[in-house]
Amino acid sequence: MKRPAPIGLFRAAFVLLGKDLLIEWRTRARLNALVFFSLSTLLLFSFALGPDTKLLERNAGGYLWLAILFASTLSMGESFRIEYENACLDGLRLAPADARAIFLAKAMGNTLLLVALGGLLIPVMVALYGVKVVLGVGPLLATLALGCMALAAPGTVYAAIASNARARDVLLPLLLFPLIVPALLASAKAMMLVLQGDPMNQLNSWFGLLGGFNLIYWGLGFALFPRVIED
Amino acid sequence: MQAPAPASPPAIALHDVSKRYGRHWALARLTYSLPPGRSLLLTGHNGSGKTTLLRLVATALSPTAGHIEVLGRNTVSDRDTVRQNIALLSHASFLYEDLTAQQNLTVLARLLGLPSPTDVANELLTRVGLTRRTQSPVRQFSAGMRKRLAIARLLMKAPSLALLDEPFGELDPSGIQAMETIIGELKASGVTVILATHLIEQGLSLCEERLHLSEGRAVAA
Repeated sequence: MKRPAPIGLFRAAFVLLGKDLLIEWRTRARLNALVFFSLSTLLLFSFALGPDTKLLERNAGGYLWLAILFASTLSMGESFRIEYENACLDGLRLAPADARAIFLAKAMGNTLLLVALGGLLIPVMVALYGVKVVLGVGPLLATLALGCMALAAPGTVYAAIASNARARDVLLPLLLFPLIVPALLASAKAMMLVLQGDPMNQLNSWFGLLGGFNLIYWGLGFALFPRVIED
Repeated sequence: MQAPAPASPPAIALHDVSKRYGRHWALARLTYSLPPGRSLLLTGHNGSGKTTLLRLVATALSPTAGHIEVLGRNTVSDRDTVRQNIALLSHASFLYEDLTAQQNLTVLARLLGLPSPTDVANELLTRVGLTRRTQSPVRQFSAGMRKRLAIARLLMKAPSLALLDEPFGELDPSGIQAMETIIGELKASGVTVILATHLIEQGLSLCEERLHLSEGRAVAA
């Protein structure tokens, strides 16, 4: 057989993303678990706050992002479990696949999963909390995409670190939550404006802030990930 | 006067290599050189350092002290080049349980940039005797079938150096015979083979050199 030539970074990332999506499609266990977990979280918020519909309506964006955040810790940990089973991550490293391509593939895969989850949760939130999407679908999807990207990049790095630890289920939220507080705040604020209207034209500022967080998180993840997975 | 041709670098050169896990030294100041074109049998009891040595040469691990050269390239500073030239058959299969045999190989073929990944995968599955299970998920495979698929994965890389950790483990007699044939073919095509096994007679029939390890040190067999 002819000696293979190495492929580029982005092509490798898309090959690995395709592999992750194929595994997700074949099992669908992760998505099913995430949907039920996050639906339960949304329901629990409404039970905990009682019949005060005004309060639910006012804070709906925040509750949505908390449901996505809690689900993301399950999702991102699971995305690395498949790589540690049978030492598949070693197989990728020795292939050799660029560690940065592995990061990009995992972070993009986690983003897509969280966006899909958010897409399923939003109609439920609208029905359950009685909110309206005042600014329409475009800004709603943009907020969802930017917020999920901001969760996925640091979450992917920390999930890779935590996957090797004994207390991985506890470690991932402990590492992740303090880091993503600013991005979570910006996502929740942007979502509230999308749901309740934006008379002061603040939405673009929050989008800019989320874009900045994404640049930092994705840039750092891209640069640091090789150190995380190499011996 | 004509200048002499430059000598080929050793297949592997270990210079005072040590590896520590916590407080335990798995390898201690190991120095060894394998001439090009020769194959090496690694022997030793469980825990003697065979797997650690193979993983160090494969660049899956970095040495705690000392350095390793594979085909003249340093395994730390020139890791990617080394990885392009080696293939490791490990205790772990490197296989995704939820993908089929064919999908596992196709993903690797795409990563390696091979043309017609599916055709290459099917060809290798035929070579290792898994033609009838190409569409079965690995989760349904027996240990021996996983080993065969892992061998197909190794062959896909067309390595210059093949590192085989217990290649006969979990194989039935026909699988062992097929593995011996594959190792023979690899050697005939110029691939350097490093083989760690407890089946010493079989190993000696396949390798010209032998390195016996005990508690992470090279000792006389």
